[in-house]
Amino acid sequence: MKKILLNRDFILFSIILIILIAVGFANPLFITPKSISDVLTDTSILIILALSQMIVILIRAIDLSVASNLALSGMLISLLSTVHPELPVYYFIALSCVIGTILGVLNGISIAILKVPFIVTTLGTLSIYRGLIYFVSDGKQVYSNEFSEDFLALIHFKFLSLSFLFWLAVVVFILIYVLLNHTRFGRNLYSLGGNPDAAKYIGVNENKYIIMAYSLSGFFAGLCGYLWVARYSVASTQIAIGFELTVISACVVGGISVMGGVGTVLGCVLGALLIGLIRNALPAVDISQFWQLAISGGIILLAIIINTKTEQRKEKTIMVEN
Amino acid sequence: MSLIPDKPPFKLLDILYKKEFILFVVLVSILIINSNISPYFLDLYNLIDSTFLFSEKAIIALTMTFVIIARQIDLSVASIIAVSSVVLGYTTSLGYDTWLVLLLTLLSGTLCGAFNGAIITKFAIPSIIVTIGTMSLFRGLAYSFLEDSYYNKFPKLVGKLGGGYLYGYIPYAFLTFILLAFVFAFILHKTSIGKKIYSIGNNPDAALYTGIAVDKYTFVLFTLNGLFSAIAAIFLSGRLSSVRPNIAFGWELEIITMVVLGGVYIYGGSGSILGVVISIFILGMLSFGLGLLNVPGVGIIIFTGLLLILSIGFPSFVRTLRRKNE
Repeated sequence: MKKILLNRDFILFSIILIILIAVGFANPLFITPKSISDVLTDTSILIILALSQMIVILIRAIDLSVASNLALSGMLISLLSTVHPELPVYYFIALSCVIGTILGVLNGISIAILKVPFIVTTLGTLSIYRGLIYFVSDGKQVYSNEFSEDFLALIHFKFLSLSFLFWLAVVVFILIYVLLNHTRFGRNLYSLGGNPDAAKYIGVNENKYIIMAYSLSGFFAGLCGYLWVARYSVASTQIAIGFELTVISACVVGGISVMGGVGTVLGCVLGALLIGLIRNALPAVDISQFWQLAISGGIILLAIIINTKTEQRKEKTIMVEN
Repeated sequence: MSLIPDKPPFKLLDILYKKEFILFVVLVSILIINSNISPYFLDLYNLIDSTFLFSEKAIIALTMTFVIIARQIDLSVASIIAVSSVVLGYTTSLGYDTWLVLLLTLLSGTLCGAFNGAIITKFAIPSIIVTIGTMSLFRGLAYSFLEDSYYNKFPKLVGKLGGGYLYGYIPYAFLTFILLAFVFAFILHKTSIGKKIYSIGNNPDAALYTGIAVDKYTFVLFTLNGLFSAIAAIFLSGRLSSVRPNIAFGWELEIITMVVLGGVYIYGGSGSILGVVISIFILGMLSFGLGLLNVPGVGIIIFTGLLLILSIGFPSFVRTLRRKNE
């Protein structure tokens, strides 16, 4: 019982419940099923990106280029849809994923083969991919009336009164859960993050895993490129600017250690839900939107301090037992 | 058994293999290409005015060099500029004396830097993740304080510092940068403080065992980075004569690019002020030249990103190839 109570994911879940109840007291409209389903829809893209970022953070790296990747993939398919509105929507989704994957592979090659440190690589591609959006679009926007109906329809599909976006996030959650916990690929990712040298000695090909992790991160960024553009029915040079930090904070709050090798898929989703909940709850309790950034910053710091404290305590206990 | 000399003997040929020399060649070729492409490039007044584009960033790049050599990184500098600029505007609006306004502005930046340093050293958390947090926190504080309004009244002295020239020729911001560059080069290359910063960057544990107060150095470096961000904030606010919460957005990347392109190893332990200064001129002259050619800012962003990755990727790729051949 004590084990369950002290479990990180359980604590995170309780915090989410407490916030829900507290905000519900202040503004009962916030906890109606409709409103909660809106929050879930609004958080789905964050959940998907946090899960794919987790794969990268597990091997002691970070992908700062996801938001630029998302925006570039989204812009490219939007431009294509204005020229060829007759193409089926699945074609655009697939294309967006392919573009995202290519951009992700480029990150991976730069890090694994050219040996450019991940911070430098992804900081660089953050600017390059963002700059390319201006380049391909001439700085113009693609507005909602320029998309075909088909392009925007899928996102409004509902099942059990929950949105397509939410169900897609559930599917991605299950996929990544299985991938990380029940495949050799997943176990090797954890071992590379936990102890890269040991992992290499038992024959894990580090470069291959770096490129795979970044291409997965790119794949989901590409997928979210379509989702983002279709959801907000606009593609511009500015979409998702700075969103990479929200994604990383979701992971950090969810207990994914930036030192690598530590973190659960469920924790990651709960972290994203907590961040999404707070973003949506602020207007409901009459806190100005302008506070949002400062509050997310504060939460990241708090979460990382708590994470480090608990990790350090664990290390100490191991030493005492020895 | 062979003796290892304290200092390798001086050879003229060695200079050719130095990073600084390669950077210098790049700078000279950019200058030559630029002056051939545009007749306006070599105009003395144009060149002097082009320093306004990079002097504020360059000032922070100096302390950032120290931070990166000590195996840390600070992503929050641009957000500290936002905080300090807001403090500058707010204290002016309260009608404080100029010296008090400047003092409080510098103090705000220093406190932000000290906050970074305290969390990084007290809780032993990697600086990249702490400063990702404070980047949002500081920028968010500026937003929540100023919301969608702005400040456009500053003391006269601030306007003069930001946009003025000494003797009508040398911009104050550029002059400050050059003077500070000499001070920082002296500290890093000629004093024991500099040696200690290198050894912290090379191996923090070993540095600790040899009796260097690693945490104290780290704390001071982050505090200094905050102070210099505030200095840059004064020049920038004076030059723009308007402060919004999104001021200097994205600068942290440009500043880190300046440092890394200058040959400072991102994982610490090596690099020189000379290299960073040359790389600042390279980036400055590059964007000035591209601007004269009417290449939009976006082109410069893409180019800077590519330059950053290739400047590190290419040499290490060649090294890997060579090792394979052996």
